[in-house]
Amino acid sequence: MTAAAAYEAAGPAAGRAVDAAGQAAGPAAEAVSVAERTADALDRSAGAVDRSVRQRSGGGFPGAAEVAGTPVPLPPGTSFGAALGAVYAGQLARARVARVPLLFVAAFQSLGIMLLLRGVVDAGNETTSEQVVAGSTVLVVAFVALNLLAQRFGALRAAGALDYYLTLPVPGSAVVLGTAASYASFALPGMIVTAVVGSLLYGLPLSGLWLLLPVAVAAGASLAGIGAAIGLLAPRQELATVAGQIGMSVVLFLGIIPADRLPLGIDVLRDLLPSTYAVDVLAGAFRPSVDWGMVVVDLLVCALVAFVTLLAASIALRRAGNAPR
Amino acid sequence: MRGLTRRHGAGEHAVLATAGIDLDVGQGEVFGVLGPNGAGKTTLLRQLMGLIRPDAGSITLFGWDVVARPDIPSRLAAYLGQHDMALEDLPVGRAVETTARLRGLGRGAARAARDAVIDELGLAPVVTRPMRQLSGGQRRLASVACTLVGDRMVLVLDEPTTGLDPTARRAVWSALERRRATAGVTVLLVTHNVLEAETVLDRVAVLEAGRVIACDTPGRLKASVSSDVRLDLVWRRDPPAQDPTIARLARQAEINGRRWTTRMDAAAARDALARLTSGPAFAALDDFTLATPSLEDVYLALGGASRTLERT
Repeated sequence: MTAAAAYEAAGPAAGRAVDAAGQAAGPAAEAVSVAERTADALDRSAGAVDRSVRQRSGGGFPGAAEVAGTPVPLPPGTSFGAALGAVYAGQLARARVARVPLLFVAAFQSLGIMLLLRGVVDAGNETTSEQVVAGSTVLVVAFVALNLLAQRFGALRAAGALDYYLTLPVPGSAVVLGTAASYASFALPGMIVTAVVGSLLYGLPLSGLWLLLPVAVAAGASLAGIGAAIGLLAPRQELATVAGQIGMSVVLFLGIIPADRLPLGIDVLRDLLPSTYAVDVLAGAFRPSVDWGMVVVDLLVCALVAFVTLLAASIALRRAGNAPR
Repeated sequence: MRGLTRRHGAGEHAVLATAGIDLDVGQGEVFGVLGPNGAGKTTLLRQLMGLIRPDAGSITLFGWDVVARPDIPSRLAAYLGQHDMALEDLPVGRAVETTARLRGLGRGAARAARDAVIDELGLAPVVTRPMRQLSGGQRRLASVACTLVGDRMVLVLDEPTTGLDPTARRAVWSALERRRATAGVTVLLVTHNVLEAETVLDRVAVLEAGRVIACDTPGRLKASVSSDVRLDLVWRRDPPAQDPTIARLARQAEINGRRWTTRMDAAAARDALARLTSGPAFAALDDFTLATPSLEDVYLALGGASRTLERT
């Protein structure tokens, strides 16, 4: 029996004895016997302390001198593929709980914009129609993969919750990529709904819509990369949120407004935005003849941006533990 | 497998940082860090896990230099931080399984390990519920399950039992003891719960403002500071003030509502208790406890300025 257990055993028992003695109008003899019992308990406690000291000092643990030396072999770290799969699957499981309502918001936002602009754009103006539908579709990705992911990483970082990933034997890139991929996946249903409804609304052909898949991957990867980098690099959580919102707004304006209508100077910004290339591919999908060379180039630009931003986010994740809070 | 040595000495900078701490923890030891809020306990653990770099000093884990290789601790140790937000949307079983997968277990092995730890900690009734919907205690227990899964050689736990009910707390203590006994797992845990420190720890370091003010077995620490005992009295009504024993106790007691806490040597305590229980004050006495020094007394005797330690 340890000393602590002895106290626990002695305390309540003695207390109950007092209670009982008190109810019996407290004859002196009983009270003295209570006191004696308490003293016994005290002695037993002291004995237990002595014993526990002896046991513990007798056991002995290897000291510094005995154990310093050659390192033990390390257990293997988790492979990139396995870690990516586990992070992705775990994040997708989150979606069932938390993300479904946001998916509706994301899709409704784009549907609303298309409905609004339907009243302004002439049905015959195909270039503008293509641009509006393609821009609205990519906006769904921007909302989920850029805005929400930036907020998510910003909040995790601010709460110190990234420690969870940082103390698991997984590559940081797998955490970033797995999370980014899951957020991009959340956007896919909204993208499909937006593209199909938009095509019907503006009278565009549905035949080229299979291009939605590579666009979803390219736009998802690049915008999620930006979102992750913002969330992990922003000095404060609030800044990550604001930057995510602004990022989404920029994608909205520069993606939906046709390039030739943009003011001078702003059109340069349009070329700097990875979502532009995704919008261009999708807009091209509505035309009878697709320029495959341009499609490939546009998708490669998205892939390059994705690579750079996801790399930056992975490096930022590794350093996140050191950030002051 | 070889033992574990760690030395850490951080430069004197911020108030919250650890300042020149030297500690050696042996393999298979359950080692505790006790101290008030802001003493640097969490900072110490995060440095050990490679989450923050010390400004000075070195940390060695099974012969590996953690400062030079901050990726090492994640391979050897599991960490339970104070925040579980990364997992909060996941159902409990899924969170445990995902963590096992991230520790490198295959799908089947991860499921088996999940089921075992869920059973061990009594989490089966909530296994399909998202963590954010659980009570604080259940949620903490689920986080502990995530830390235990995947069999690491070292467990680094930041307040593992905070918010747990006594049953769950004992389940955690048993789980730790089982791993130590069967696999020689080393446990390093932060606590500011005195009962936890006295019940489960082989050795304890008492931290105050980033420094170790004492480090030994709980028994020896208690024996070293004082032979005084603590007499707690709880009154059901005001005790007779004219009684000389009551008057003497009242002068030296730390009075908290109806509870009086006094410290004196064992003979004086025995004498006072005999007088109380045989005199007129006995009718007013509701409960009493007499105990040898606790780690709380050690902490106070060593000059700990703060009184934020929990006793139960």
